[in-house]
Amino acid sequence: MRDVYVIGAGITPFGELWQRSLRDLFVSAARQAMVDAGVDRLDGMYVGSMSPGLLVEQEHLSSLLADYLGVLPAPCVRVESACASGGAAFRSAFFEVASGASDVVLAGGVEKMTDADDVTRALATASDQEYEAFHGITFPGLYAMMARAHMRQHGTTREEIAAVAVKNHENALENPNAHLGMRISIDQVIASSPVADPLRLLDCAPVSDGACALILGSEDQAKRAKGPLVRVTGVGAATDAIALHARSDVASLEAVARAAAKAYAMSSRGPRDIDLAEVHDCFTIAEIMAIEALGLVDRGRGGAATSAGETSRRGRIPVNISGGLKAKGHPVGATGVAQIFEIVTQLRGAAGKRQIANARIGLAQNMGGTGGSATVHILEAV
Amino acid sequence: MSAPRYAREIPQRYRFEAARCRQCRKISFPPRAVCAGCGSESSEPASLSDHGKIVTWTVVRVAPTPFALQAPYVVAIVELDDGVRVTAQIADAHGEELDFGTPVRRVLRRVRAEDDGGIIEYGYKFVLARLT
Repeated sequence: MRDVYVIGAGITPFGELWQRSLRDLFVSAARQAMVDAGVDRLDGMYVGSMSPGLLVEQEHLSSLLADYLGVLPAPCVRVESACASGGAAFRSAFFEVASGASDVVLAGGVEKMTDADDVTRALATASDQEYEAFHGITFPGLYAMMARAHMRQHGTTREEIAAVAVKNHENALENPNAHLGMRISIDQVIASSPVADPLRLLDCAPVSDGACALILGSEDQAKRAKGPLVRVTGVGAATDAIALHARSDVASLEAVARAAAKAYAMSSRGPRDIDLAEVHDCFTIAEIMAIEALGLVDRGRGGAATSAGETSRRGRIPVNISGGLKAKGHPVGATGVAQIFEIVTQLRGAAGKRQIANARIGLAQNMGGTGGSATVHILEAV
Repeated sequence: MSAPRYAREIPQRYRFEAARCRQCRKISFPPRAVCAGCGSESSEPASLSDHGKIVTWTVVRVAPTPFALQAPYVVAIVELDDGVRVTAQIADAHGEELDFGTPVRRVLRRVRAEDDGGIIEYGYKFVLARLT
Protein backbone atom coordinates (compact mmCIF):
# COMPACT_ATOMS: atom_id res chain seq x y z
CA MET A 1 0.00 0.00 0.00
CA ARG A 2 1.11 3.57 -0.72
CA ASP A 3 1.35 6.33 1.87
CA VAL A 4 -1.74 8.55 1.96
CA TYR A 5 -1.85 12.20 2.98
CA VAL A 6 -4.64 14.63 3.76
CA ILE A 7 -3.87 17.51 1.41
CA GLY A 8 -6.97 19.67 1.72
CA ALA A 9 -9.72 20.37 4.23
CA GLY A 10 -13.01 22.24 4.24
CA ILE A 11 -15.95 22.58 6.62
CA THR A 12 -19.17 24.54 7.06
CA PRO A 13 -20.44 25.99 10.32
CA PHE A 14 -22.50 23.40 12.22
CA GLY A 15 -25.91 24.42 13.50
CA GLU A 16 -29.52 25.07 12.58
CA LEU A 17 -28.81 26.42 9.12
CA TRP A 18 -32.31 27.18 7.88
CA GLN A 19 -31.14 28.96 4.74
CA ARG A 20 -28.91 26.16 3.49
CA SER A 21 -29.75 22.92 1.72
CA LEU A 22 -27.94 19.59 1.82
CA ARG A 23 -26.30 20.24 -1.54
CA ASP A 24 -25.27 23.81 -0.63
CA LEU A 25 -23.62 22.59 2.55
CA PHE A 26 -21.73 19.80 0.86
CA VAL A 27 -20.50 21.91 -2.06
CA SER A 28 -19.33 24.66 0.27
CA ALA A 29 -17.16 22.27 2.32
CA ALA A 30 -15.95 20.33 -0.72
CA ARG A 31 -14.95 23.44 -2.70
CA GLN A 32 -13.00 24.77 0.28
CA ALA A 33 -11.18 21.44 0.53
CA MET A 34 -10.33 21.41 -3.19
CA VAL A 35 -9.05 24.98 -3.11
CA ASP A 36 -7.06 24.21 0.04
CA ALA A 37 -5.46 21.23 -1.71
CA GLY A 38 -4.90 23.16 -4.93
CA VAL A 39 -6.70 20.57 -7.05
CA ASP A 40 -9.32 21.18 -9.71
CA ARG A 41 -10.22 17.57 -10.39
CA LEU A 42 -10.99 14.44 -8.39
CA ASP A 43 -10.35 10.83 -9.26
CA GLY A 44 -13.18 9.79 -6.98
CA MET A 45 -15.37 10.79 -4.10
CA TYR A 46 -16.93 9.10 -1.05
CA VAL A 47 -19.65 10.89 0.88
CA GLY A 48 -20.86 9.78 4.30
CA SER A 49 -24.52 10.50 4.98
CA MET A 50 -26.67 8.50 7.33
CA SER A 51 -30.22 9.11 6.34
CA PRO A 52 -30.91 11.70 3.63
CA GLY A 53 -33.80 9.53 2.47
CA LEU A 54 -35.66 9.93 5.75
CA LEU A 55 -34.43 13.40 6.65
CA VAL A 56 -34.84 15.23 3.32
CA GLU A 57 -36.27 12.50 1.07
CA GLN A 58 -33.19 12.48 -1.13
CA GLU A 59 -31.23 9.37 -2.05
CA HIS A 60 -28.72 9.03 -4.90
CA LEU A 61 -26.52 11.63 -3.24
CA SER A 62 -23.46 10.35 -5.09
CA SER A 63 -24.22 11.79 -8.49
CA LEU A 64 -26.25 14.73 -7.20
CA LEU A 65 -23.28 15.97 -5.19
CA ALA A 66 -20.68 15.20 -7.88
CA ASP A 67 -22.84 17.21 -10.30
CA TYR A 68 -23.27 20.25 -8.05
CA LEU A 69 -19.59 20.17 -7.09
CA GLY A 70 -18.75 20.30 -10.79
CA VAL A 71 -16.67 17.13 -10.89
CA LEU A 72 -18.76 14.98 -13.24
CA PRO A 73 -18.07 12.30 -14.38
CA ALA A 74 -15.85 11.43 -11.38
CA PRO A 75 -17.16 8.30 -9.67
CA CYS A 76 -18.81 8.87 -6.32
CA VAL A 77 -20.27 6.55 -3.70
CA ARG A 78 -22.43 7.47 -0.74
CA VAL A 79 -21.30 5.54 2.31
CA GLU A 80 -23.66 4.64 5.15
CA SER A 81 -22.76 3.20 8.52
CA ALA A 82 -25.17 5.18 10.71
CA CYS A 83 -23.25 7.79 12.74
CA ALA A 84 -19.97 6.25 11.53
CA SER A 85 -20.80 7.08 7.89
CA GLY A 86 -18.17 9.84 7.77
CA GLY A 87 -15.42 7.66 9.19
CA ALA A 88 -16.39 4.89 6.81
CA ALA A 89 -16.25 7.30 3.85
CA PHE A 90 -12.77 8.44 4.88
CA ARG A 91 -11.64 4.83 5.19
CA SER A 92 -12.95 4.06 1.69
CA ALA A 93 -11.14 7.07 0.22
CA PHE A 94 -7.96 6.08 2.05
CA PHE A 95 -7.90 2.62 0.50
CA GLU A 96 -8.63 3.97 -2.98
CA VAL A 97 -5.51 6.14 -2.79
CA ALA A 98 -3.43 3.58 -0.87
CA SER A 99 -4.18 0.94 -3.50
CA GLY A 100 -2.69 3.09 -6.23
CA ALA A 101 -5.98 3.14 -8.13
CA SER A 102 -6.40 6.91 -7.63
CA ASP A 103 -4.21 9.88 -6.73
CA VAL A 104 -6.76 12.46 -5.52
CA VAL A 105 -9.93 11.38 -3.72
CA LEU A 106 -12.42 13.39 -1.70
CA ALA A 107 -13.81 12.04 1.58
CA GLY A 108 -16.83 14.03 2.63
CA GLY A 109 -19.78 13.92 4.94
CA VAL A 110 -23.06 15.79 5.13
CA GLU A 111 -26.36 15.70 6.97
CA LYS A 112 -29.30 18.09 6.69
CA MET A 113 -31.30 17.33 9.83
CA THR A 114 -33.40 20.36 10.68
CA ASP A 115 -35.75 19.92 7.70
CA ALA A 116 -37.06 16.64 9.18
CA ASP A 117 -40.25 16.24 11.22
CA ASP A 118 -39.16 13.35 13.43
CA VAL A 119 -35.39 13.22 13.82
CA THR A 120 -35.60 10.89 16.84
CA ARG A 121 -37.33 8.32 14.67
CA ALA A 122 -34.88 8.72 11.79
CA LEU A 123 -31.94 8.23 14.15
CA ALA A 124 -33.62 5.20 15.72
CA THR A 125 -33.17 3.40 12.40
CA ALA A 126 -29.54 2.90 13.45
CA SER A 127 -30.86 0.44 16.04
CA ASP A 128 -32.47 -2.94 15.28
CA GLN A 129 -35.87 -1.94 13.92
CA GLU A 130 -37.65 -5.18 14.75
CA TYR A 131 -36.10 -5.95 18.13
CA GLU A 132 -35.14 -2.57 19.60
CA ALA A 133 -36.96 0.36 17.97
CA PHE A 134 -40.21 -1.66 17.75
CA HIS A 135 -40.33 -1.57 21.56
CA GLY A 136 -40.03 2.21 21.74
CA ILE A 137 -36.38 2.50 22.67
CA THR A 138 -34.67 5.65 21.39
CA PHE A 139 -30.98 6.46 21.00
CA PRO A 140 -30.91 8.55 24.15
CA GLY A 141 -32.66 5.59 25.78
CA LEU A 142 -30.03 3.10 24.61
CA TYR A 143 -27.17 5.30 25.83
CA ALA A 144 -29.08 5.84 29.07
CA MET A 145 -29.11 2.08 29.60
CA MET A 146 -25.36 2.00 28.90
CA ALA A 147 -24.84 4.88 31.34
CA ARG A 148 -26.79 3.13 34.08
CA ALA A 149 -24.75 -0.05 33.58
CA HIS A 150 -21.48 1.92 33.61
CA MET A 151 -22.49 3.66 36.83
CA ARG A 152 -23.29 0.28 38.37
CA GLN A 153 -20.13 -1.51 37.20
CA HIS A 154 -17.58 1.23 37.75
CA GLY A 155 -19.12 3.60 40.26
CA THR A 156 -19.28 6.37 37.67
CA THR A 157 -21.29 9.27 39.07
CA ARG A 158 -23.89 11.54 37.53
CA GLU A 159 -21.51 14.48 38.10
CA GLU A 160 -18.62 12.74 36.30
CA ILE A 161 -20.85 12.11 33.29
CA ALA A 162 -21.94 15.76 33.28
CA ALA A 163 -18.29 16.84 33.32
CA VAL A 164 -17.98 15.66 29.71
CA ALA A 165 -20.61 18.17 28.59
CA VAL A 166 -19.09 21.00 30.63
CA LYS A 167 -15.63 20.38 29.12
CA ASN A 168 -16.82 20.06 25.53
CA HIS A 169 -19.05 23.12 25.65
CA GLU A 170 -16.13 25.11 26.99
CA ASN A 171 -13.88 23.81 24.20
CA ALA A 172 -16.49 24.85 21.64
CA LEU A 173 -16.18 28.47 22.76
CA GLU A 174 -12.92 28.61 20.78
CA ASN A 175 -14.36 26.92 17.67
CA PRO A 176 -16.04 29.44 15.34
CA ASN A 177 -17.87 26.63 13.51
CA ALA A 178 -19.40 25.13 16.65
CA HIS A 179 -23.16 24.81 17.10
CA LEU A 180 -23.22 25.32 20.88
CA GLY A 181 -20.27 27.36 22.08
CA MET A 182 -21.47 28.31 25.55
CA ARG A 183 -20.37 27.83 29.10
CA ILE A 184 -22.48 25.44 31.16
CA SER A 185 -22.15 24.03 34.67
CA ILE A 186 -22.45 20.52 36.12
CA ASP A 187 -25.59 21.66 37.94
CA GLN A 188 -27.15 22.90 34.71
CA VAL A 189 -26.54 19.55 33.02
CA ILE A 190 -28.07 17.63 35.90
CA ALA A 191 -31.04 20.01 36.10
CA SER A 192 -31.76 20.10 32.35
CA SER A 193 -34.95 18.45 31.12
CA PRO A 194 -35.00 14.64 31.36
CA VAL A 195 -34.80 12.77 28.04
CA ALA A 196 -34.18 9.15 29.06
CA ASP A 197 -33.22 8.48 32.68
CA PRO A 198 -30.50 9.06 33.78
CA LEU A 199 -29.61 11.20 30.72
CA ARG A 200 -30.85 14.75 30.26
CA LEU A 201 -30.99 17.24 27.44
CA LEU A 202 -27.48 18.60 28.07
CA ASP A 203 -26.10 15.05 27.91
CA CYS A 204 -27.18 14.83 24.26
CA ALA A 205 -25.48 16.13 21.12
CA PRO A 206 -27.69 18.60 19.28
CA VAL A 207 -29.49 18.05 15.99
CA SER A 208 -27.32 19.95 13.52
CA ASP A 209 -26.90 20.67 9.84
CA GLY A 210 -23.41 20.70 8.39
CA ALA A 211 -20.84 19.27 6.04
CA CYS A 212 -17.12 18.58 5.96
CA ALA A 213 -14.71 17.42 3.28
CA LEU A 214 -11.10 16.28 3.09
CA ILE A 215 -8.91 15.64 0.08
CA LEU A 216 -6.71 12.56 0.28
CA GLY A 217 -3.71 12.32 -1.96
CA SER A 218 -0.67 10.23 -2.78
CA GLU A 219 2.82 11.37 -1.80
CA ASP A 220 3.37 13.10 -5.16
CA GLN A 221 0.16 15.06 -4.68
CA ALA A 222 1.07 15.92 -1.10
CA LYS A 223 4.44 17.38 -2.16
CA ARG A 224 2.66 19.59 -4.66
CA ALA A 225 0.17 20.92 -2.09
CA LYS A 226 1.01 23.87 0.12
CA GLY A 227 1.29 23.73 3.87
CA PRO A 228 2.46 21.16 6.41
CA LEU A 229 2.05 17.52 5.50
CA VAL A 230 -0.33 15.28 7.39
CA ARG A 231 -0.11 11.55 6.79
CA VAL A 232 -2.72 8.93 7.63
CA THR A 233 -0.72 6.33 9.51
CA GLY A 234 -3.38 4.15 11.11
CA VAL A 235 -6.73 2.91 9.86
CA GLY A 236 -8.98 0.57 11.80
CA ALA A 237 -12.61 -0.44 11.63
CA ALA A 238 -14.79 -3.09 13.21
CA THR A 239 -18.40 -4.17 13.59
CA ASP A 240 -20.48 -5.53 16.43
CA ALA A 241 -24.12 -6.54 16.88
CA ILE A 242 -26.24 -3.42 16.43
CA ALA A 243 -28.69 -4.60 19.08
CA LEU A 244 -27.25 -3.49 22.40
CA HIS A 245 -28.87 -6.44 24.20
CA ALA A 246 -26.92 -8.87 21.97
CA ARG A 247 -23.57 -7.81 23.45
CA SER A 248 -22.11 -9.40 26.53
CA ASP A 249 -21.21 -6.09 28.20
CA VAL A 250 -23.50 -3.12 27.62
CA ALA A 251 -21.03 -0.79 29.37
CA SER A 252 -18.13 -1.17 26.95
CA LEU A 253 -17.51 -0.58 23.25
CA GLU A 254 -15.81 -3.67 21.84
CA ALA A 255 -15.96 -2.58 18.19
CA VAL A 256 -14.14 0.62 19.14
CA ALA A 257 -11.48 -1.36 21.01
CA ARG A 258 -11.00 -3.66 18.01
CA ALA A 259 -10.85 -0.79 15.52
CA ALA A 260 -8.33 0.97 17.75
CA ALA A 261 -6.16 -2.14 18.03
CA LYS A 262 -5.95 -2.29 14.22
CA ALA A 263 -5.14 1.41 13.86
CA TYR A 264 -2.50 1.30 16.61
CA ALA A 265 -0.88 -1.77 15.06
CA MET A 266 -0.81 -0.26 11.57
CA SER A 267 0.76 2.98 12.79
CA SER A 268 3.08 1.27 15.31
CA ARG A 269 1.69 3.65 17.91
CA GLY A 270 -0.08 3.13 21.19
CA PRO A 271 -2.46 5.15 23.35
CA ARG A 272 0.46 6.86 25.14
CA ASP A 273 1.75 8.30 21.86
CA ILE A 274 -1.45 10.20 21.11
CA ASP A 275 -1.26 13.99 21.60
CA LEU A 276 -4.98 14.65 21.16
CA ALA A 277 -8.13 12.75 20.27
CA GLU A 278 -11.52 13.51 18.78
CA VAL A 279 -13.99 10.90 20.02
CA HIS A 280 -17.64 10.14 19.37
CA ASP A 281 -19.52 11.86 22.20
CA CYS A 282 -23.05 11.69 20.79
CA PHE A 283 -23.97 11.47 24.46
CA THR A 284 -21.79 12.34 27.43
CA ILE A 285 -21.51 8.70 28.51
CA ALA A 286 -20.30 7.77 25.01
CA GLU A 287 -17.11 9.83 25.47
CA ILE A 288 -16.41 8.07 28.76
CA MET A 289 -16.78 4.65 27.16
CA ALA A 290 -14.84 5.71 24.04
CA ILE A 291 -11.74 6.93 25.87
CA GLU A 292 -11.74 3.66 27.82
CA ALA A 293 -12.06 1.53 24.67
CA LEU A 294 -9.25 3.51 23.00
CA GLY A 295 -6.98 2.84 25.98
CA LEU A 296 -6.52 6.57 26.65
CA VAL A 297 -7.64 5.87 30.23
CA ASP A 298 -8.01 2.60 32.14
CA ARG A 299 -11.31 0.76 31.75
CA GLY A 300 -13.84 2.07 34.22
CA ARG A 301 -11.88 5.29 34.86
CA GLY A 302 -13.38 7.38 32.06
CA GLY A 303 -15.68 9.33 34.32
CA ALA A 304 -13.13 9.93 37.05
CA ALA A 305 -10.45 10.93 34.51
CA THR A 306 -12.77 13.44 32.87
CA SER A 307 -13.79 14.87 36.22
CA ALA A 308 -10.12 15.22 37.20
CA GLY A 309 -9.38 17.23 34.05
CA GLU A 310 -7.13 14.62 32.40
CA THR A 311 -8.96 15.07 29.07
CA SER A 312 -9.30 18.85 29.20
CA ARG A 313 -7.36 21.24 26.96
CA ARG A 314 -4.51 21.48 29.44
CA GLY A 315 -4.79 17.88 30.61
CA ARG A 316 -2.70 14.79 29.96
CA ILE A 317 -4.65 13.82 26.82
CA PRO A 318 -6.91 16.54 25.39
CA VAL A 319 -10.17 15.04 24.07
CA ASN A 320 -12.64 16.81 21.79
CA ILE A 321 -10.88 20.14 21.55
CA SER A 322 -13.29 20.99 18.72
CA GLY A 323 -16.20 20.79 21.18
CA GLY A 324 -16.99 17.25 20.10
CA LEU A 325 -20.34 16.14 18.80
CA LYS A 326 -21.79 17.43 22.04
CA ALA A 327 -21.04 21.11 21.44
CA LYS A 328 -19.52 21.45 17.98
CA GLY A 329 -22.69 19.77 16.72
CA HIS A 330 -23.57 16.41 15.20
CA PRO A 331 -24.71 16.48 11.57
CA VAL A 332 -24.51 12.70 11.60
CA GLY A 333 -22.87 11.90 8.27
CA ALA A 334 -20.45 14.83 8.53
CA THR A 335 -19.27 13.96 12.03
CA GLY A 336 -16.62 11.35 11.26
CA VAL A 337 -15.02 13.58 8.64
CA ALA A 338 -15.21 16.67 10.87
CA GLN A 339 -13.35 14.80 13.63
CA ILE A 340 -10.49 14.15 11.22
CA PHE A 341 -10.74 17.78 10.02
CA GLU A 342 -10.02 18.91 13.59
CA ILE A 343 -7.03 16.58 13.88
CA VAL A 344 -5.65 17.78 10.53
CA THR A 345 -6.15 21.42 11.56
CA GLN A 346 -4.33 20.82 14.84
CA LEU A 347 -1.46 18.92 13.20
CA ARG A 348 -1.05 21.77 10.72
CA GLY A 349 -0.82 24.18 13.66
CA ALA A 350 -3.79 26.10 12.24
CA ALA A 351 -6.30 25.73 15.07
CA GLY A 352 -6.02 29.31 16.32
CA LYS A 353 -7.05 29.82 19.93
CA ARG A 354 -7.77 26.14 20.45
CA GLN A 355 -4.38 24.99 19.14
CA ILE A 356 -2.75 22.25 21.22
CA ALA A 357 0.97 23.06 21.44
CA ASN A 358 3.31 20.59 19.70
CA ALA A 359 0.51 18.36 18.44
CA ARG A 360 2.20 15.70 16.27
CA ILE A 361 -0.04 12.64 16.50
CA GLY A 362 -3.83 12.72 16.61
CA LEU A 363 -6.58 10.11 16.74
CA ALA A 364 -10.19 10.28 15.53
CA GLN A 365 -12.80 7.74 16.66
CA ASN A 366 -16.23 7.54 15.04
CA MET A 367 -18.99 5.03 15.75
CA GLY A 368 -22.42 4.03 14.53
CA GLY A 369 -25.43 3.40 16.72
CA THR A 370 -24.49 2.19 20.17
CA GLY A 371 -21.13 0.96 18.86
CA GLY A 372 -22.33 -1.50 16.22
CA SER A 373 -19.74 -0.02 13.88
CA ALA A 374 -16.57 1.89 14.58
CA THR A 375 -13.68 3.50 12.79
CA VAL A 376 -10.41 4.76 14.25
CA HIS A 377 -7.90 6.83 12.29
CA ILE A 378 -4.45 7.99 13.38
CA LEU A 379 -2.85 10.95 11.64
CA GLU A 380 0.63 12.37 12.04
CA ALA A 381 2.38 15.58 11.12
CA VAL A 382 5.39 14.69 8.97
CA MET B 1 -45.66 -0.84 9.12
CA SER B 2 -47.07 -3.03 6.34
CA ALA B 3 -49.19 -6.07 7.18
CA PRO B 4 -46.73 -8.66 5.77
CA ARG B 5 -43.82 -7.12 7.64
CA TYR B 6 -45.80 -7.21 10.86
CA ALA B 7 -47.04 -10.77 10.25
CA ARG B 8 -43.54 -12.12 9.61
CA GLU B 9 -42.46 -11.38 13.16
CA ILE B 10 -45.57 -12.79 14.88
CA PRO B 11 -43.92 -16.09 15.94
CA GLN B 12 -41.32 -14.11 17.85
CA ARG B 13 -43.51 -11.27 19.09
CA TYR B 14 -46.44 -13.39 20.26
CA ARG B 15 -44.85 -16.72 21.10
CA PHE B 16 -41.17 -16.00 21.76
CA GLU B 17 -40.09 -18.60 19.19
CA ALA B 18 -36.31 -19.00 19.02
CA ALA B 19 -33.82 -21.46 17.53
CA ARG B 20 -31.24 -23.67 19.20
CA CYS B 21 -28.05 -24.52 17.32
CA ARG B 22 -27.74 -28.28 16.83
CA GLN B 23 -23.97 -28.04 17.07
CA CYS B 24 -23.12 -25.68 19.95
CA ARG B 25 -26.61 -25.44 21.55
CA LYS B 26 -26.56 -21.62 21.54
CA ILE B 27 -30.06 -20.15 21.43
CA SER B 28 -30.71 -17.41 18.87
CA PHE B 29 -33.58 -14.96 19.24
CA PRO B 30 -34.82 -14.21 16.69
CA PRO B 31 -33.78 -17.40 14.85
CA ARG B 32 -30.96 -16.82 12.37
CA ALA B 33 -29.63 -18.82 9.45
CA VAL B 34 -26.04 -18.86 10.69
CA CYS B 35 -25.30 -19.48 14.37
CA ALA B 36 -23.50 -16.50 15.92
CA GLY B 37 -21.67 -18.88 18.25
CA CYS B 38 -20.18 -21.47 15.89
CA GLY B 39 -21.30 -20.68 12.34
CA SER B 40 -23.44 -23.78 12.01
CA GLU B 41 -26.44 -23.59 9.69
CA SER B 42 -28.33 -26.35 11.47
CA SER B 43 -30.81 -25.45 14.18
CA GLU B 44 -34.01 -26.65 15.81
CA PRO B 45 -36.97 -24.68 17.18
CA ALA B 46 -36.68 -23.57 20.78
CA SER B 47 -38.92 -21.67 23.13
CA LEU B 48 -37.56 -18.94 25.36
CA SER B 49 -38.10 -18.74 29.07
CA ASP B 50 -40.81 -16.30 30.12
CA HIS B 51 -38.83 -15.31 33.20
CA GLY B 52 -35.78 -13.16 33.51
CA LYS B 53 -33.98 -10.37 35.33
CA ILE B 54 -33.32 -6.74 34.52
CA VAL B 55 -29.80 -6.02 33.20
CA THR B 56 -30.28 -2.27 32.75
CA TRP B 57 -33.20 0.09 32.12
CA THR B 58 -34.32 3.61 31.30
CA VAL B 59 -37.44 5.72 31.38
CA VAL B 60 -38.06 7.13 27.90
CA ARG B 61 -39.47 10.65 28.28
CA VAL B 62 -38.89 11.96 24.75
CA ALA B 63 -40.44 9.36 22.45
CA PRO B 64 -40.57 8.85 18.68
CA THR B 65 -43.94 9.61 17.04
CA PRO B 66 -45.52 6.11 17.26
CA PHE B 67 -44.95 6.10 21.04
CA ALA B 68 -45.56 9.78 21.80
CA LEU B 69 -48.86 9.20 23.58
CA GLN B 70 -47.33 6.50 25.81
CA ALA B 71 -44.40 8.53 27.19
CA PRO B 72 -43.02 8.29 29.78
CA TYR B 73 -42.50 4.52 29.64
CA VAL B 74 -39.90 2.09 30.95
CA VAL B 75 -37.67 0.10 28.57
CA ALA B 76 -35.18 -2.49 29.79
CA ILE B 77 -32.72 -5.10 28.63
CA VAL B 78 -33.88 -8.35 30.23
CA GLU B 79 -31.73 -11.46 30.58
CA LEU B 80 -33.99 -14.49 30.41
CA ASP B 81 -33.37 -17.56 32.54
CA ASP B 82 -31.88 -19.33 29.50
CA GLY B 83 -29.31 -16.56 29.00
CA VAL B 84 -30.89 -14.83 26.01
CA ARG B 85 -31.19 -11.04 26.28
CA VAL B 86 -34.01 -8.97 24.80
CA THR B 87 -35.08 -5.32 24.81
CA ALA B 88 -38.68 -4.66 25.83
CA GLN B 89 -40.92 -2.36 27.79
CA ILE B 90 -41.61 -2.98 31.45
CA ALA B 91 -45.37 -2.53 31.72
CA ASP B 92 -47.20 -1.22 34.77
CA ALA B 93 -44.01 0.33 36.13
CA HIS B 94 -42.66 3.85 36.55
CA GLY B 95 -38.96 3.10 36.97
CA GLU B 96 -38.42 3.77 40.68
CA GLU B 97 -39.41 0.23 41.62
CA LEU B 98 -36.73 -1.34 39.37
CA ASP B 99 -33.20 -2.39 40.21
CA PHE B 100 -30.42 -4.48 38.68
CA GLY B 101 -31.53 -8.09 38.84
CA THR B 102 -35.21 -7.36 39.49
CA PRO B 103 -37.17 -10.50 38.42
CA VAL B 104 -39.66 -9.95 35.60
CA ARG B 105 -42.12 -12.11 33.68
CA ARG B 106 -43.18 -11.90 30.02
CA VAL B 107 -46.69 -10.79 29.06
CA LEU B 108 -48.37 -10.15 25.71
CA ARG B 109 -49.36 -6.50 25.35
CA ARG B 110 -50.26 -3.91 22.79
CA VAL B 111 -46.96 -2.28 21.79
CA ARG B 112 -48.15 0.55 19.56
CA ALA B 113 -51.24 1.60 17.68
CA GLU B 114 -50.28 5.02 16.37
CA ASP B 115 -48.05 4.05 13.46
CA ASP B 116 -48.75 4.19 9.72
CA GLY B 117 -50.61 1.21 8.29
CA GLY B 118 -53.48 1.12 10.77
CA ILE B 119 -52.28 -2.06 12.47
CA ILE B 120 -52.61 -2.42 16.21
CA GLU B 121 -49.25 -3.99 16.95
CA TYR B 122 -48.84 -6.52 19.77
CA GLY B 123 -45.74 -8.01 21.26
CA TYR B 124 -43.93 -9.01 24.42
CA LYS B 125 -43.46 -6.77 27.39
CA PHE B 126 -42.46 -7.68 30.92
CA VAL B 127 -44.03 -7.04 34.29
CA LEU B 128 -42.48 -7.30 37.73
CA ALA B 129 -42.61 -10.96 38.78
CA ARG B 130 -43.75 -10.07 42.29
CA LEU B 131 -46.96 -8.58 40.90
CA THR B 132 -48.21 -12.04 39.93
